Amino acid sequence: MLLAIAVLAPLAGALLAGLARPTLGRAPAVGLSVASLIIAAIAAIGTVYRHLVLGAADHLVVLGQWISVGTFAPQWALRMDTLSLVMVGMVCVVSALIHVYSMGYMAEDRTEPRFFVYISMFTFAMLMLATANNLLQLFFGWEGVGLMSYLLIGYWYDRASANEAAIKAFIVNRVGDLFFAVGIALTWYEFGSVDFDTIFAGVAKVAPHAYHLFGTDLPVLEVISILLFIGAMGKSAQLFLHTWLPDAMEGPTPISALIHAATMVTAGVFMTARMSPVIDAAPVALALITVIGGFTAFFAATIGCVQNDIKRIIAYSTCSQLGYMFLAVGVGAAPIGIFHLINHAFFKALLFLGAGSVIHALADEQDIRKMGGLWRKLPVTYVTMWAGGLALVAIPPFSGYFSKDAILSAAFAAHSHTAVFGWLCGTLGAGLTAFYTVRLMLLTFHGKPRASSETLAHAHESPLVMLVPLVVLAIGALTTGVLLGPTFIGAHFANFWGSSIALPHGGAVMAARDGIPAWAEKMPLLLAIAGIGIAYWFYELAPGLPARLAASWPGLHAFLLNKWYFDELYDAIFVRPALRIARAIWRIGDEEMIDGVPEGLARLTGDASGVASRLQSGSIAVYGFVMLVGLMVLVTVFLVAR
Amino acid sequence: MNLHLLSLMTWLPLAGAVMMYFTGDSANPTTARNSRWIALWTSLLVLVLAVVMIAGFDPSVHGFQYIESAEWIPAYGIGYRMGVDGISLFFVGLSALLTPVAVLASWRESRRVRDYMAAFLLLETMTIGMFSALDFLLFYIFFEGVLIPMYLIIGVWGGERRIHAAVKFFLFTLAGSLPMLLALVWMWHHAGTTDMVQLMHTTISPTIQDWLFVAFLLSFGVKAAVWPMHTWLPDAYGEAPLPGTIMLAAVLSKMGAYGFLRFSLPMLPQATAYFEPFMFALGIIGIVYISFAALAQTDIKRMIAYSSVAHMGLIVVGIFTVTVAGIEGALFQMVSHGLVIAALFLCVGILLARGHSLRLDQLGGLASRMPVYATFLMLFVMANVGLPGTSGFVGEILVMIGAIQANFWVALLVGTGMILSVMYMLVMVRRILFDQARSVANAVIADIGPREWLLLAPLAVLVLVLGFAPGALTHIFGGAVQDLVHAHLAALSSGAHARLAMIKQ
Repeated sequence: MLLAIAVLAPLAGALLAGLARPTLGRAPAVGLSVASLIIAAIAAIGTVYRHLVLGAADHLVVLGQWISVGTFAPQWALRMDTLSLVMVGMVCVVSALIHVYSMGYMAEDRTEPRFFVYISMFTFAMLMLATANNLLQLFFGWEGVGLMSYLLIGYWYDRASANEAAIKAFIVNRVGDLFFAVGIALTWYEFGSVDFDTIFAGVAKVAPHAYHLFGTDLPVLEVISILLFIGAMGKSAQLFLHTWLPDAMEGPTPISALIHAATMVTAGVFMTARMSPVIDAAPVALALITVIGGFTAFFAATIGCVQNDIKRIIAYSTCSQLGYMFLAVGVGAAPIGIFHLINHAFFKALLFLGAGSVIHALADEQDIRKMGGLWRKLPVTYVTMWAGGLALVAIPPFSGYFSKDAILSAAFAAHSHTAVFGWLCGTLGAGLTAFYTVRLMLLTFHGKPRASSETLAHAHESPLVMLVPLVVLAIGALTTGVLLGPTFIGAHFANFWGSSIALPHGGAVMAARDGIPAWAEKMPLLLAIAGIGIAYWFYELAPGLPARLAASWPGLHAFLLNKWYFDELYDAIFVRPALRIARAIWRIGDEEMIDGVPEGLARLTGDASGVASRLQSGSIAVYGFVMLVGLMVLVTVFLVAR
Repeated sequence: MNLHLLSLMTWLPLAGAVMMYFTGDSANPTTARNSRWIALWTSLLVLVLAVVMIAGFDPSVHGFQYIESAEWIPAYGIGYRMGVDGISLFFVGLSALLTPVAVLASWRESRRVRDYMAAFLLLETMTIGMFSALDFLLFYIFFEGVLIPMYLIIGVWGGERRIHAAVKFFLFTLAGSLPMLLALVWMWHHAGTTDMVQLMHTTISPTIQDWLFVAFLLSFGVKAAVWPMHTWLPDAYGEAPLPGTIMLAAVLSKMGAYGFLRFSLPMLPQATAYFEPFMFALGIIGIVYISFAALAQTDIKRMIAYSSVAHMGLIVVGIFTVTVAGIEGALFQMVSHGLVIAALFLCVGILLARGHSLRLDQLGGLASRMPVYATFLMLFVMANVGLPGTSGFVGEILVMIGAIQANFWVALLVGTGMILSVMYMLVMVRRILFDQARSVANAVIADIGPREWLLLAPLAVLVLVLGFAPGALTHIFGGAVQDLVHAHLAALSSGAHARLAMIKQ
């Protein structure tokens, strides 16, 4: 009951806000949306408390039948297990905070209620995804959040860049979704169902099956797992399908916090954890997840080091942190991945909202080169953002330390070649993370003010409605690691997660974390401290140094600044050829070749203009009659001829 | 419970059309008004009858219902036979639903209104008759008869290049249907009857089946706009008046697909199995090729027309998987596509009625000034790209489920429509709704009015209801599809026939 309220209240909020806007006006519409989210958050906390703390029995809330064709019969239902409840709790709380924050941030916007309709609807779709009991409902939520993300990235639709970013996000996501959908179809084909419980129960039976592909026999679970993971790569912006995420920063900042940091982009990680019983039986897929995740963690961090847009730096950081989560899933420590997901949701939402507060104060300035020295002007934002920053850098006792270092320990403990590669990438990434985070904080808040004096004069701390969510999230960034760590990944983690997450080899990696050498355990923290030191040296002690470095390695700097040239590459190999093919098909294929023959026929039948004048002058009835008669004659001829 | 419901629904519109000719001269404004109301009430009455028919349909019964049978030319085994099963039921319903929509959408038409409305009613007679005919000759007459009103609608009330489009449409469909006539004559000769139910139980030697299959393919392929027989379509869709385009896209394009289901699959099982890979290829090429062609369009109406053809590729693949899921998916997609494409063309009509250009580079920024319109358009676009929660998704995933049983690559390639449709549809949405407003001289900017609400809201509700609870449809045609697939498999197991070479999973 409480779970149903938590999931459906945002839907009601979105619909009511949409109806209230033209009838009751602006303020009630916004109010309804925010109120429904607060109700949802309370209900979610209630459910989480009852089931995860008091230990009430989990059950399934069935809402109705969706499709029913033969054995393909997915239901609408709300699944209640540890994994989904953890997600529901996080999504509702973060979303409610961001709803409240947005009341301040979007107050000046022309179509504020529309914004609230979108984010409430988004929250609903995200909750449907998290509580799905079968792959198809998960896909429903998956596509639903994709749609709302598209609408919100393009929220300021009179900007060309926002439109382009929105379309790009939708298309890149759909590339992943295609593979996801085929994965769902193949899952049904092999397991005879898309319900999670049936799938998980059938893993042992299906595992020996082979699937003929590329001229060879592949284990079918590998094929399914890789298809699903490609879907996850699209949604969670992993290497090759990551290009949409930085551009998505065109959306309003609360959206970046909610969708592109805390919730939607983590859906891929959630899905791989949800499907862990299947994926764990596919070692090649796990290795692929490890490599992609680990490399993304490193590669996105390198780009983050040289960007100048405050939101893009955080966006690349998100990309990188998602890589860590996949690394955890890949090495067989999905609970740590989910732990990092929850911690990350709080501290990254905090960083984005803090950035929003800065942008708000500086009249929409996003370039950190034009900031500096803001800490006096924005004291609350400054302090809370440091909390988020330190959590991201993974300095104890902030939350990121407990989860990120645990991921790297697990990767080290897993010992496979791919896991060692992941550990190396992740550990180097930890140093880079510290560097770009501290660089961001120093350039934004410290040093001499570089904004124009006019802008600076107007710079002001945000209103209370924006500060309260910041403070709450900052408390989260400080405490979630300490509070949740023992339960999520402590000695009794298996009891907590129950059957909701499966672990390969009975969770051997989780246990082996404690046995790794001290240097390996401390390495990420040491590199992080080194990263902080270097950033301090570059941007506080010797401010001219970064420019000199960039000048001495222009190739490397341009490579990083241009984001490893992925956009240019895709433009050259996908976008432009696609448009060229489209024009060629239309002009040459359709208009000339296929059409050429019949067009000639049409000309042969006589002067078209003559037909035109006759048609217009004559009576339709006569023509209709003549045609019908002709038809009857034709038929009669055949009758007689027989 | 035989009320001659099907005959009533078939001939009532014709009676309405005849009645119009007693209301006076075409030029008279009173006649115009009377014709409009006659057309509306007649088509609404048919819609009511269709609802009664669907409500009274018993999905648990095998075979046809509402059967009517009368002697016609008994010496040659020809009869007046009508009836519906779970497969044809919804096409009768779709025709009955969309005719009043088309009539309402053409409320503002002022040129020769009486003849115009009569043509639409005649079209309804022909389509409903075709979907409910159980005699091959009767079917053929209706199938061809559809040509007449449609030809006139394009040729008289169409756009600038209407004659060109009308003649092209006429030539293509006529050329396509001649092979079917030959097939008809052969089958009639072979079985001694034109009763379609008997024909379904007549065995035909595999070699002949192949020839018959090709004949049907030429005929139904043109109607369903299967690549490469689709090129009449963009011209016809582009030049026809909007209500005509709606009927073309939503109902007439389904005639071909219906033909495959009614004739090719049950009557030519061996040939169907033989040509299966070939049909997959045609369907997939259709999806990919046509989607790219859609991307290059600069006119909204043509872009939607191409999008419509791309979806026909999906339907063809679904049908020829000959699996329960695939065929149900194809059927579902046919109904859904009928609703969605009709709604999209209505949205185009709303722009036209306000004097906007249909050129993509001359529109923009309408979202802020027409928010309700924007909401509707976005919903239908999302249904068109198959977003879960809309009817478009159900058909798409079911076809994919059917396709994966045949071949991995078929499933994957069919799915490329998911990506490609998003490409052109989102570009279209952007050009219409978003970006800076580009105002066109004389264009009225007003959000949708009551009549337009009346047109779009029911379609929107249907699209969402079918998206969330598709069982309303699938439980009715499920039985018929299962029978069809079982009969097909039984026929196949009785006679072995080589398949075209194909990499089987």
